[in-house]
Amino acid sequence: MIEILISLFVLSGSLLSLVGSLGIMRLPDVYARMHAATKSATLGVVLLILGTFTYFLSEGVFSLQLLITIVFVFLTAPVAAMIISRSAHRHGVKLWSRTKHDELMESYPEHLKPERHDES
Amino acid sequence: MLETVLVTGLVIFSISLLLCIWRALKGPTLWDRVIALDSFGLNLIGFIGILMILQSTSAYAEVVLVLGILAFVGSVALAKFLERGVVIDRDSH
Repeated sequence: MIEILISLFVLSGSLLSLVGSLGIMRLPDVYARMHAATKSATLGVVLLILGTFTYFLSEGVFSLQLLITIVFVFLTAPVAAMIISRSAHRHGVKLWSRTKHDELMESYPEHLKPERHDES
Repeated sequence: MLETVLVTGLVIFSISLLLCIWRALKGPTLWDRVIALDSFGLNLIGFIGILMILQSTSAYAEVVLVLGILAFVGSVALAKFLERGVVIDRDSH
């Protein structure tokens, strides 16, 4: 019974991570790739570590490090993603050509607007 | 049954790690590489998690925790450095 639960955690976690990596490979610009990497990969890793924690709990070992890892990944992955994408936007990395609206650009004061340039 | 599932998970995570490496090599901007390396660190955590169940040892628990911390600190430091050329800046606007 407990094996089925662990298998479910492991399979869903690894599939979600695969979806995240496919998003990193296929999506058009930095900000879209950020969205794919952060959301699905975080949930995938958290589910998988939860499966590992369940396995060791069924063996009679309570592993506090794994619980701390879950909380840490859950808290820090969105923060890192926000900092990276804000850094890219401030430096002026181009958006996808079909993006309709750049809301963050409107919040800059007039003399601080970054110039858009393509670094390829 | 559990072992088959675990090996399948390892294969899926290997594909996912390879996709991250491909994006980190290809670019095109530096921030793409930073995202790919951050995601590589997260996927490595999952890989080692499966390895822990497969070998039935809790010796890698600290490795997992330290990898999570290093991925976060590395990505934040790289992003700050690429933004202005410094990691800690004094004026915050």
